[in-house]
Amino acid sequence: MVVSSLKKKLMGADGDFLLQTNVEIARGGITAIAGPSGSGKTTFLRMISGLTSPDEGLLEVDGEVWFQRETGKKTQLNLKPQQRRVGVVFQGYALFPHMSVLGNLLYASRNSDMAEKLLDMIGLQQLKHVKPPNLSGGQKQRVALARALMQQPRILLLDEPLSALDEGMKALLQDELLRVNSELGVTILIVTHDSSEMYKLCDRVLLFEKGQIVADTSPRKLFVERETTQKFAFKGEILEIRAVDAVYVAVIAIGNNLVEVVIDSDEKENLQAGDIVVVGTKAFNPTVRKFEEQEFDFSRL
Amino acid sequence: MNQFDMEPFLLSFRLAAITTILLFIFSVPLAWKLSQTRSKSKPFIEALVSMPIVLPPTVLGFYLLIFLSDRSPLGMFLKEMFSVNLVFTFEGILIASCIYSFPFMLQPLQSGMEQVPVKLLEASYVLGKSKLETLMHVILPNIKPSILTGVIITFAHTVGEFGVVLMVGGSIQGETRVASIAIYELVELLDYKMAHVYSLILIAFSFSVLMVVYILNHRNRASG
Repeated sequence: MVVSSLKKKLMGADGDFLLQTNVEIARGGITAIAGPSGSGKTTFLRMISGLTSPDEGLLEVDGEVWFQRETGKKTQLNLKPQQRRVGVVFQGYALFPHMSVLGNLLYASRNSDMAEKLLDMIGLQQLKHVKPPNLSGGQKQRVALARALMQQPRILLLDEPLSALDEGMKALLQDELLRVNSELGVTILIVTHDSSEMYKLCDRVLLFEKGQIVADTSPRKLFVERETTQKFAFKGEILEIRAVDAVYVAVIAIGNNLVEVVIDSDEKENLQAGDIVVVGTKAFNPTVRKFEEQEFDFSRL
Repeated sequence: MNQFDMEPFLLSFRLAAITTILLFIFSVPLAWKLSQTRSKSKPFIEALVSMPIVLPPTVLGFYLLIFLSDRSPLGMFLKEMFSVNLVFTFEGILIASCIYSFPFMLQPLQSGMEQVPVKLLEASYVLGKSKLETLMHVILPNIKPSILTGVIITFAHTVGEFGVVLMVGGSIQGETRVASIAIYELVELLDYKMAHVYSLILIAFSFSVLMVVYILNHRNRASG
């Protein structure tokens, strides 16, 4: 179990803010760390791995104190990253370019049985003598995962591990992570922006905003059981409103897709090009209405 | 005309080889420290070590001569304790060369180390590896082109040294008369023919060394 009550002052785009992480994470689960960029997600992981020192607070893992500093006092304890045995899969993977795949694994630990087992698991036996610059993104990701598992970590931290991969590869690696979690029983914390990934992988989501954990719930609760009358809703931007016969057609950009939605003259009254809107359905027809600031905005993830 | 004599060249190469080895050993930890630190003393150390690049060799040689002579406190101490005399000896010009060529070893190593992504170091730390292990197994293998540049340039620069060696070492046959000084003496003796021979050897040497550096650097970049 991870018990964290760490604090750290961070510099943000609009001023300094305090990162506060009062949370307990049970052994063996997969927890998503979500939130807009610059909200402290990566720093939270770095404080757990020991790469960034918190200002104060307590970090305890399986009953062992890793960091302790009371307000206004000197640091009582701060284990070095080398002493924590945390597996980290970095954004961009950080594989050692001069070592082969096998070399990367053996650098972590001189356990060649373990290396062979992990190579089998990630299906890279054939490529074990290849150096990382010659691997594809998905292969690098798997090597990074295997390397992080070599020292049999108690916690596995992944910082947006799948964001650079295509959908097919993502799905494959998500299955792999689930298997690692169930077979090795390692506690996994994963920074991700992808709501389907959270839903598929995680049993818990910690939503960070400006350094605070603003939601701590299950993905199902966060995404599906929201109090809403709409079946689906997407946020988008109106690019153009055209008059077609008696009605109007709005061209709306939702993510990378452009959609045309028919709107009536009442709706047209308070909409114009450039507005940020929510496109949803009630009954059968899509509706378009202005986006309200207090709405839960999934693009923040 | 004087007899052709290999000795000045052998002396030059011996001086350059020992200087390069010593500087490599000293520069790796210092370059590592400088590449990692954000301390306020960093610019001070960097400026101090780089001084030989801009100072006339005579200035450096002059002060080294004063500090190493047996009338200076350091010289006296060395003479009394170890009966070592550093002026007009091979050991003296070795110390002078090390100081004079220091930036040529340190700078490539430091800039190479600074270019290694921080993520690689962090990845090594979280895998339980100490800073020393990380330096040996992650940093050094990843800055081979910089090491090569540092080693070759330091070696070549030491062979090409003149002013500092002349000031500190004079021109004692078999002890401090390196190739560059031998040429100077030949010119003074108006033996232009032999001066040409010596000079052309040095020109050929310098050109080959620089060719090798550029070829290897291109190859490294191509296979990068």
